[in-house]
Amino acid sequence: MNDTNSVAKQAANAPAEAALMPPVDVIEDANGITLYADLPGVPKEKLNLHVEADTLTIEGELALAMPEGMEATHVEVALPRYRRVFTLSKELDAGKVGAEFAHGVLKLRIPKAEHAQPRKIQVAVG
Amino acid sequence: MAYRPLFPRDVFAEMDRLQREMLHAFDISPSIRGLARGGYPAVNVGSTAKSIELYTFAPGIDPATLDVQVEKGVLTIAGERKAEPVPEKANRHIDERFSGRFRRVVTLPDDVDPNAVQARYRDGVLHISVARREAAQPRRITVQ
Repeated sequence: MNDTNSVAKQAANAPAEAALMPPVDVIEDANGITLYADLPGVPKEKLNLHVEADTLTIEGELALAMPEGMEATHVEVALPRYRRVFTLSKELDAGKVGAEFAHGVLKLRIPKAEHAQPRKIQVAVG
Repeated sequence: MAYRPLFPRDVFAEMDRLQREMLHAFDISPSIRGLARGGYPAVNVGSTAKSIELYTFAPGIDPATLDVQVEKGVLTIAGERKAEPVPEKANRHIDERFSGRFRRVVTLPDDVDPNAVQARYRDGVLHISVARREAAQPRRITVQ
């Protein structure tokens, strides 16, 4: 019974609009995670990033300059928006996310929380 | 060139690719330039009475390094995208973005003017506008 409820809830929460999934690179080093996402055609003001609890959502809407009366003859990018959702792990500090956006590439830097930074542990002998 | 889908986990693109590969395998007149769809950069083409509009989705490129040429009725867009550097002692967990050299070739209609090509790079999209010749544009003829 509980299972069907949670499935139903998930379906209700699912966004109604279809969106493209932007390709990403995720690189992790000792101090945090760097994420690159390709969002071509999205101007800065139509890029929407939000972190809620441990969920990171990247959304963007395409805005292309199109002349009046244009008819599409060949289409490979068929939807006007991008969306991708990631679950962050708890050692990441979601409050300190840094973002840069240039030439359609988003670069996100998510540092690890202070307590999760690497620390050398002394081994006591004796 | 290694195949890499434009959008990861895109079932339809994968099905499209499978279908095209099947067509290749069975040799039912595939496009002379091979499997174009689904690579980097993606291209949308539109047309108006006055021009042909091409939108090339090529994010993360220095526009000065893009090479756009029109020759013998064929438009070529070529360039290179460098991979993001991975610092030492870092792991790459997800690697979906394209890197390397690319080239897309589009045959233009006969009525375009190869001297009237405009190209703009904005938000990672290269927008090329090729004007049609004056003579080819529709004109209303007054009946006397």
